[in-house]
Amino acid sequence: MNIFEKIMKVDRRWVYLAIGLAVSIPAVYELVATYILKKENTTINIPITPSPEVKKVYDFVESMKPGEHLFICVDYDPSSMAELNPMTTAIVNQAFAKDIKIIFVTLSQFGPGLVEQITSSLAAAHNKVRGEDYAFLGYRPYPAITILAMGVDFRVPFPEDYYGTPLDSLPIMDGIKNFNNLKGVIELTSGNTADFWITYGNGRYGFPLALGITGVMSANYYQYLSSDQLLGIIPGVKGAAEYEELVGFPGDGKAQMAYQVIAHAVILVFIIISNIAFFGTRKRKGGMEGGAQ
Amino acid sequence: MSTGQLIGNGIAAFLTLCIFSFLYKDNPFYKFAERLVAGVATGYFTMLLFWTNFIPKVWEPLYERHEIIYIIPTILGIIMWTRFSKKWAWVSRYSIAFYIGIGSGVAVTLALYTYLFKQLQATIAFPISMDVAGINQLLVVVAVLASLIYFFFSTPHKGAFGVASKLGIYVIMIGFGAGFGLTVMGRIALLVNRVIFLKGYLIALFGG
Amino acid sequence: MKREIPILIVGITGFAMLIQYFIPTDWSETIFTKSQDWIIIIGILSMPLGIWSLVKANVNKLKDPNEWFYSAVLLLGFLIMIVTCLNGENLSGNSIFNNIFNYVLVPIQSTIFSLLAFFIASAAYRAFRARSILATILLITAFLVMFRFMPLGPVSTINAKIVSWILQVPNMAANRAIMMGIGLGATATAMKIILGVERTYMGHD
Repeated sequence: MNIFEKIMKVDRRWVYLAIGLAVSIPAVYELVATYILKKENTTINIPITPSPEVKKVYDFVESMKPGEHLFICVDYDPSSMAELNPMTTAIVNQAFAKDIKIIFVTLSQFGPGLVEQITSSLAAAHNKVRGEDYAFLGYRPYPAITILAMGVDFRVPFPEDYYGTPLDSLPIMDGIKNFNNLKGVIELTSGNTADFWITYGNGRYGFPLALGITGVMSANYYQYLSSDQLLGIIPGVKGAAEYEELVGFPGDGKAQMAYQVIAHAVILVFIIISNIAFFGTRKRKGGMEGGAQ
Repeated sequence: MSTGQLIGNGIAAFLTLCIFSFLYKDNPFYKFAERLVAGVATGYFTMLLFWTNFIPKVWEPLYERHEIIYIIPTILGIIMWTRFSKKWAWVSRYSIAFYIGIGSGVAVTLALYTYLFKQLQATIAFPISMDVAGINQLLVVVAVLASLIYFFFSTPHKGAFGVASKLGIYVIMIGFGAGFGLTVMGRIALLVNRVIFLKGYLIALFGG
Repeated sequence: MKREIPILIVGITGFAMLIQYFIPTDWSETIFTKSQDWIIIIGILSMPLGIWSLVKANVNKLKDPNEWFYSAVLLLGFLIMIVTCLNGENLSGNSIFNNIFNYVLVPIQSTIFSLLAFFIASAAYRAFRARSILATILLITAFLVMFRFMPLGPVSTINAKIVSWILQVPNMAANRAIMMGIGLGATATAMKIILGVERTYMGHD
């Protein structure tokens, strides 16, 4: 076996080790710099330029006036919170800072725990009161049907909020019957609820809709931007970092960027090495066949 | 971090490492964590469903507010359980039919509107101009047509049709390549989150 | 009876919902709202089917000498969550129920999915090779999209513009074509279900 064939057949556990080490480099650097070298500012800042589709979402929330209502649907679970929690936190921070009222809903079965994590910390930081400044309606199964029902009246699928309080008792829900009474909806998801919101939500009721989605999904939703079915997209953790840059506070999205740079560099090097080995093997096989003839 | 948080995050760190051990090979620690999360997740969902769905939507309307009309969907929901009986499983078809019928009826108009009409409108409604936006829009029209032609198998892909079909597959490959590139970012983010968590726990444990 | 009545129900309800979209009257809205409300209730009562299946399967596995321990772990986790939430108020706040969610469920679920990072790196190394023109196009596009993370000043700026064009023109066009196909397929399938041509949802006798 020559060197090229050895490179192509390397055990995948070496690849796992390389990626694991690569992703650990910024963490190790920060630990060493803080506790051994005693440096003050050890965060590695990567320059971030917000993209137009992210800026559209930011501008939409920024254009809202204090007291107006924003609907945030947290449709993801712990498996994708690494990408979506940063953008959710950034949006909620921006909205609370502008005294915008937020109605939360989740159509994901593990969403309530995540909404509770976010609202409990951010509401306390901004002195927001549940029931007055924000409400969490809870979880319902069958997203398509729930969206259709909410478009008629929020009280049809959600007679009470997550904590058992009737919606009519919540000051934030005064005068709020359905999507027509809101400024818009931001859907944060890692699954096919994005399609349900576009089809059954924006398609039937026509409200402004923005998506915050994982990197895996983001390439599949640009056509809705150009057809004005979406007002903006926040794609993955990079989109979250761009949103944090716009909102102006450092969050988990920007903190991840240094790790992303190194991991991507390693994967790009892997691809280059693997292709060099591939072409080297092909050339060698072609040379051997020519020699044999 | 308080002592309670330190213990809780310690458990979380241990379970994280149990899952990572799978990268070397399958082992009892990984299996333990995998089954534990399945049980905990099922239990979590059960209680969530009971307290926040069953009580306000089924129990309270029937038992506390005596809204008798809700007996109909309740019976339809309960007969879904006949699926466990080989003899009576056919009864559940009535509930399924109700759900499928309503879902399909609603889907027809909205799927056509969302996936076809709005997309067609965005594709063909473009101003003819020689600026960047105009040229890009023209490219979009050509690329969409070529991609649609690639998926049209009722005609042999020969001649002009074949050329358009080849252009279509090239466009589709660009789309898939973009998707792969973004997927890498997404997957790395999941790993980075766990590394940052473990780093934070080490700092809390040793660094104060 | 066993097949004909469900097909009739699907046909009547399907047509009713289809026509309802075009009738903007109060009674039509009431029928629409009531039907959504009832579907939600049916859904809530159907969800325990999956829960029961999982519990039953693992109770049966307790007799298996190779699997009993892991099935016991699963059932123990399930029972602990039930017992710690016998009061609805434990769903929120600093309860044991919530703490198990935060310190057991969240880390395990997020770590299981984080393994994908390793797998995608391995896939990129072992399978992502320029074997043909199509593979080369895919490789170059993915390379450019991944390269935008590199902070290399003016090179990054040019790359970002190229990637933005890729996402908003060829990628968007490809996905639009695929979406149109999906829309036609979804509509055709829905119509086949309403007309009784498609009956796979009923299962077998």
